[in-house]
Amino acid sequence: MSGPGARTAAAFARAADEQRAALVGYLPAGFPDVEGGIEAIKVLVDAGCDVIEVGLPYSDPVMDGPTIQAAAQQALDRGVRVSDVLRTVEAVAATGTPTVVMTYWNPIERYGVARFAADLDAAGGAGLITPDITPDSRTEWPVAADAHDLDKVFLVAPSSTDARIAMTTQACRGFVYATAVMGVTGARATTSELAGPLVKRTKAVTDLPVAVGLGVSNGGQAAEVASYADGVIVGSAFVRALLDHADDRVAGLRALAALTADLADGVRRA
Amino acid sequence: MSGPASVWNADEQGWFGEFGGRFMPEALVAALDELTVAWQGAMADQAFRAEFDTILREYAGVPSLLYDAVRLSEHLGGARILLKREDLNHTGAHKIRNVLGQALLTRRMGKTRVIAETGAGQHGVASATAAAYFGLECTVYMGSVDTKRQALNVARMELLGAKVVPVDSGSATLKDAINEALRDWVASVDYTAYLFGTAAGPHPFPSMVRDFTRGIGDEARAQVLELTGRLPDVVAACVGGGSNAIGMFTAFLDDLDVRILGFEAGGDGVETGRHAATIAGGDSGVLHGARTFILQDDDGQTIESHSISAGLDYPGVGPQHAHLAKSGRGEYLPVTDRQAMDALALLARTEGIICAIESAHALAGAFDVARDLGPGGLVLVNLSGRGDKDMETAIDWFGLGR
Repeated sequence: MSGPGARTAAAFARAADEQRAALVGYLPAGFPDVEGGIEAIKVLVDAGCDVIEVGLPYSDPVMDGPTIQAAAQQALDRGVRVSDVLRTVEAVAATGTPTVVMTYWNPIERYGVARFAADLDAAGGAGLITPDITPDSRTEWPVAADAHDLDKVFLVAPSSTDARIAMTTQACRGFVYATAVMGVTGARATTSELAGPLVKRTKAVTDLPVAVGLGVSNGGQAAEVASYADGVIVGSAFVRALLDHADDRVAGLRALAALTADLADGVRRA
Repeated sequence: MSGPASVWNADEQGWFGEFGGRFMPEALVAALDELTVAWQGAMADQAFRAEFDTILREYAGVPSLLYDAVRLSEHLGGARILLKREDLNHTGAHKIRNVLGQALLTRRMGKTRVIAETGAGQHGVASATAAAYFGLECTVYMGSVDTKRQALNVARMELLGAKVVPVDSGSATLKDAINEALRDWVASVDYTAYLFGTAAGPHPFPSMVRDFTRGIGDEARAQVLELTGRLPDVVAACVGGGSNAIGMFTAFLDDLDVRILGFEAGGDGVETGRHAATIAGGDSGVLHGARTFILQDDDGQTIESHSISAGLDYPGVGPQHAHLAKSGRGEYLPVTDRQAMDALALLARTEGIICAIESAHALAGAFDVARDLGPGGLVLVNLSGRGDKDMETAIDWFGLGR
C-alpha cells in the first residue's frame, strides 16, 4: 500500500488560491466493474476534478436516487467487495488527487471501524463522507479518523437547525458537505434555492470549505453553485454519462471527459 | 399507556443498551426531532390518550378478547393456553393500533399526508384505513415482487383511496419499500408523516410504536388476572420487526417471574441460511436507522430473509427486542415454516380459528412450552392477526381444494 495520501484541505486551498471553487467528482467503485471503475475515475482526475469521492456500493442506499442506485446495484451484482473499494482508492490516490470514500455506515461497522480507518489510510485515502450517520450517532468513527488524521465529512441539510450545523461542522475535518435539496441524489434541471442560504448559514459557523452536492449536471449549474460555495459535488451526472454509453466504454469515457471539462470550466466561471 | 420509566426503555437518544439510536441522514433529523417532541407531548396529554382509546374502542374493536383455548389445551395435554384475540380487530391484526395512533399524531402535528411501507400489504391496508378515517392523503410503497403476490391487498388499499407505488430497486421486497419510503420522506417531510409499520427504525419509532401497541399487553395482563387470578408463566408472540411482540411484552417486563418468549421465522431452518431469524441467526449491525440484529454478509450488505410468512420476512428486528435478547430478559427462538403451518392447522381444527401465519409461529413455539410446563401451567399467546390473507399460501402448502 502507498501510505498517507493527499488530504482534501490542500485541494480546496489550491482552488481558493485560484479564486474558484473545487470540483468534487463521485463514482461508485466497481462500476461498471472494478478496473473499469478505476479507469473512469482516472478520467475524472485527468479532466479536472480536484477531489474524488469513491462510492462504496451498498444494498440499502436510502439517500440515493435511481441513477446511483442502478450503478451500485450493478457493481454489487458483479460481486464488488469492500476490498475492491480500497483497491480503487489506492489506484486513484496514487494520482495525487485527494480521494475520499462515500459510504453508508453498516459496511464500515462490519469491516471494523478502526481497521477500516487504518486500511483506508494505508491505501492513501483521505477520509470518509458518511451520509447516513451524524456526529451524534455514537459511532467509533471520529476517534478512528483522528487516529489517522483522516477527513471526517458529515452532511448539513436545509432542514438543519443552526445549532446542529454548528455541532456538525465542529465534528468535520477537510470540508463540509451541504446537501442542496431536500431529496435524494440525482441530476436536476434547476439548482436549488435552498443551497445558497444553507451555505451562508454553514459558513457563518466554520472556516472549513463548504461543498454543495445533489443535482448539478452541467457547467452552467456548476458556475452558479461556485458563486457561493467552495466546492461543487457531482455524482449522478457522471454515472448517467456512463449508463448512457453502457455498450461502448470508449464513448462513455469520452462523454465523462467532456462533462468533466464542462464542469471544470463552470467552477472557474463564477 | 406508558407506566413509570422502566429499565427496559430507551434513553433520551433512543438507545436500548447498545441497540437502537439514530443512524439517519441529517436531512431527516429535524423531522425525527419534531416527531419525538410531538409523540412525547401526546403521551403526556390526557386528551390525546382519551381520544386514542375512544377511537380504538369505537372503530377498531379494542380491547380485543382474551380467549381460553380449552380444546386446544386439552389436545396438547399440557398447560392452559390463553389467546389474545388481536385477529378480531378491525383490518384483522394488531397493526390497526399502531396506525391509528400514528395517524392521530399526524393530525395533531398538522400534516396532511402519510406514507407507509408494506411487505405483504397488512400495514399498507391498515395505513390506508387510518388515512381514510382521518381524511389524510396516503401513499404506500410496496416491493414489486409483493404487489404481484399480494394483488388482493393492493386492491384493498386502492379501494381505500391510497396510492400504491411498486418498488423495483434492490430485492423489490419490504426492505426496499422502506428505502423508497425514506427517500420520499426526505423530499416531502414538511407536510408528510411516515407511518412506520413496526417497532424498528430510528428513534423515536421503536418507542413510539411500542407506546401505540402496548395496549395489547396492558389489556391482556388485566384480562388474565381477572380470568385466572394470577399472572401467566409464559407470554409468547411472533417477532418480525416486533410490533405485536413488544406490544404484548411491555406490560410484563417488570414481572420477572413471567418468561418472555419471542418466536422468529426460522424459514427452512436457521441452519439452511434461508430464514428470517435475525436474533437467533444474525448479528449486530445497522439497518434502517438503528443498531440491532440483522442478516448481513461479510461486507455488511443486507442478506435477503426467507419466511413463509410475509409479515415476518424482514432482515432486521426492533432494537428493544435486541436489547431484551442480549440482556436475557427475553428469549428468542426460531420456528420453521413447517412448525408454523402445523400449528395453524391444529388451531383451526381444535378451536375453529384460522390465524395469520405470523401468529402461527407464536402458537407453534407456545405449544412446545405448554407441553414442557404441563397441566397447571399458564401460557398467554398473542394471536396477532387473522389468516384470510394467507389462504393462497395455505392452499399451496396443504394442497387444499384439490
